[in-house]
Amino acid sequence: MRHIISVLVENEAGVLSRVAGLFSARGFNIESLTVAPVGNGETSRITLVTLGSDPIIEQILKQLNKLVPVIQVSDLSEGPHVGRELMLVKVLTERGQHDKNPRDEVLNVVRIFRAQVVDATPGSLIIEVTGDNDKLNACLAMLEPFGVAEMVRTGQVALSRGVRK
Amino acid sequence: MQLTGAEIVVQCLLEQGVRTVFGYPGGAALFIYDELYKAEPRLTHVLSRHEQGALHAADGYARVTGEVGVALVTSGPGATNAVTGLATAYMDSIPVVCLSAQVPVPLIGNDAFQEVDTVGITRSCTKHNYLVRDVEDLARVIREAFYIAKSGRPGPVLVDIPKDVSNTRCAYSPSHASVNIRSYRPTVKGHIRQVRRAVEMLQAARRPLLYTGGGVILANAWKGLQQLTKSLNLPITNTLMGLGAFPAADSQFVGMLGMHGTYEANMAVSHCDLLVAIGARFDDRVTGKIADFAPHAKIIHIDVDPTSISKNVRVDLPIVGDVRSVLEQMNGLIEEEKIPEKQADISDWWAKIEGWRKKDCLRFTQGEQEIESQYVIQTLCKLTKGQAIVATDVGQHQMWAAQFYGFQQARHWLTSGGLGTMGYGLPAAIGAQVAKPNEQVVVITGDGSIQMNVQELGTCLQYQLPIKIVILNNGFLGMVRQWQELFYERRYAHTDIAVSPDFVKLAEAYGALGLRTDKPAEVEAVLRQGLAHPGTVIMDFRVRKESNVYPMVPAGKGLNDMILGELL
Ligand SMILES: Cc1cc2nc3c(=O)[nH]c(=O)nc-3n(C[C@H](O)[C@H](O)[C@H](O)COP(=O)(O)OP(=O)(O)OC[C@H]3O[C@@H](n4cnc5c(N)ncnc54)[C@H](O)[C@@H]3O)c2cc1C
Ligand SMILES: Cc1ncc(C[n+]2csc(CCOP(=O)(O)OP(=O)(O)O)c2C)c(N)n1
Repeated sequence: MRHIISVLVENEAGVLSRVAGLFSARGFNIESLTVAPVGNGETSRITLVTLGSDPIIEQILKQLNKLVPVIQVSDLSEGPHVGRELMLVKVLTERGQHDKNPRDEVLNVVRIFRAQVVDATPGSLIIEVTGDNDKLNACLAMLEPFGVAEMVRTGQVALSRGVRK
Repeated sequence: MQLTGAEIVVQCLLEQGVRTVFGYPGGAALFIYDELYKAEPRLTHVLSRHEQGALHAADGYARVTGEVGVALVTSGPGATNAVTGLATAYMDSIPVVCLSAQVPVPLIGNDAFQEVDTVGITRSCTKHNYLVRDVEDLARVIREAFYIAKSGRPGPVLVDIPKDVSNTRCAYSPSHASVNIRSYRPTVKGHIRQVRRAVEMLQAARRPLLYTGGGVILANAWKGLQQLTKSLNLPITNTLMGLGAFPAADSQFVGMLGMHGTYEANMAVSHCDLLVAIGARFDDRVTGKIADFAPHAKIIHIDVDPTSISKNVRVDLPIVGDVRSVLEQMNGLIEEEKIPEKQADISDWWAKIEGWRKKDCLRFTQGEQEIESQYVIQTLCKLTKGQAIVATDVGQHQMWAAQFYGFQQARHWLTSGGLGTMGYGLPAAIGAQVAKPNEQVVVITGDGSIQMNVQELGTCLQYQLPIKIVILNNGFLGMVRQWQELFYERRYAHTDIAVSPDFVKLAEAYGALGLRTDKPAEVEAVLRQGLAHPGTVIMDFRVRKESNVYPMVPAGKGLNDMILGELL
């Protein structure tokens, strides 16, 4: 199963390579990984998405906890949570042979997915979409027929819902 | 107090109670070495002949004393030579602090002379490591390194110190305050409800078995273990790393378990209804085929490291905590609640074990022609009354040492179990002999392994260490040859090492005593002479060449699927 794991670490040199090294050395899978400082900059939050059976996920959580600079590890998939990912897509909007007006059609898709146009040139648009994994995939599927020149995704970030005691 | 980084290193080592550093100098380490020169004799330094030797010596020192062993190496090749020693200590959870010198901070990343990314290279074979870029951090980092090395599940910690940092001044104040790392808090006490459950399960079990490992020794918990074993009359088996925690001569001890474990130990695991794993990590050499491991048993696992629990084998009752504390909790409950009076009858179980024991699976016959390795070790055990500190290399001789040297005490057995590092024995013995100058220290090794760090004979002679080296010389890389014989139809691919030095002359070249025999009748006399000699000795025993270690569980087979050998 897919798990979103949130790791609070000391913001010190080498901590990301400790986490990444752990995954490669033990053959764990990383689907995506994001990291940025949080709070006053003393700590960073790493959010990673991984796939594995329950025993593997259990080992991943324990092994992460064992790293000295790791302060806290939580498996967000265990409870209700909100996950978001940001995607930028550069779509080609040159008029093709059969198309009426690709630019309008693309803007239609943008509206449906509550995405935004963040840049435009005569031949292309850059679309910004935020949402969960499924929404991004769906939006991308709609844009692909127009011709996607380039695409980038941030990987998921997530928070658990409510206040945990 | 304003001190240089090098002075801070020495002050911090003294503050930690360190008396001996094992090391090897070089350019980037010069400031630190200069301070060591001044710190003699409060802090002594033992010069190895190779950095791997320095690391194993620090590791051996740690295993016999329970304190943190300390090594010091220079940058680049010094650090890369240390890697095998770090990995060896890491796999066996041995507390070691390794200080490595590094090129000056402004040169880091420049492919400078003797630069390697030491922290990168050692990240996965240390418990933790540091690169100290600012002298202001140095004292804190060294204190943390010692704390991390010895607390929780112990392990090696490396501190990389750039040359300019060791020569920069900053304020230093002595400190004995306990270290506080918010992200690192090992659990000590077991959860009391879990402990109570464990005692209830022990009370009810009809076929209980204790399976104990290196964690008992690392936690200095053998007294508590012996109390538990005695109070409930439990059968007990040890892993290779756990030997010595329970006296081998005691009738409750069923021997080592696993690939080369005894018949009775492996059969007991296969038939028990309750297996209590204490400070042991279900290594694949121990479990054999997982699906067939302890198939009828509920499993309790006491371990300080949560990652050890349910890693290979699903556990029914986990107890995370320090073995010593948890055993105190268990023993307290057993006494308070008079559990021995309520315990289920286990006499049938003992009868069954005695039946398996009758098989006498370690039986061998010493003929008149060729020396059997087992006989040499048995005789060594007799002559040293099982009290010597024994260090081994890796191979058949190691397994025979485990089977035939009846260990009576903890911290007297030094062997590389997890990494299986040939070349470990002699330098580890050096660390042990430095720590315990008045104890008998013996290396049991093979003609292959001894050559991996034989240069450390120089260290023995320089520091007048009266180490006794017993070479079981079979002309082969014996353990590998055994696998080739059994599983590769006797195709002995490159395991014949017939060309070795004359070990007697080699000993003499270093100024040690060399002895040799190939006659069974002379074994005892040679051992007596060697053990009685006041200096370093090599005893070269020309043993039967194609002898195998049994019992043996072939890789991938269940523990009850043992090859019992020629006599059985
Ligand atoms: C050629 C060869 C053959 C081998 N054959 C065998 C064999 O037949 N049988 C065998 O047993 N081994 C054998 N080994 C050794 C094997 O590879 C492992 O090293 C060994 O089995 C591991 O021992 P252990 O489970 O006691 O764990 P260790 O490596 O000693 O680990 C200690 C465990 O205790 C825990 N611990 C540490 N400190 C504490 C504490 N304070 N409190 C609580 N828990 C703590 C740790 O977290 C860890 O889980 C062989 C090795 C070689 C090289
Ligand atoms: C550094 C290293 N290289 C290779 C091995 C693989 N290996 C395991 S046992 C062994 C043979 C050891 O031979 P020897 O020291 O003569 O001991 P014997 O088995 O003959 O008693 C080898 C090569 C190892 N354990 N360590």
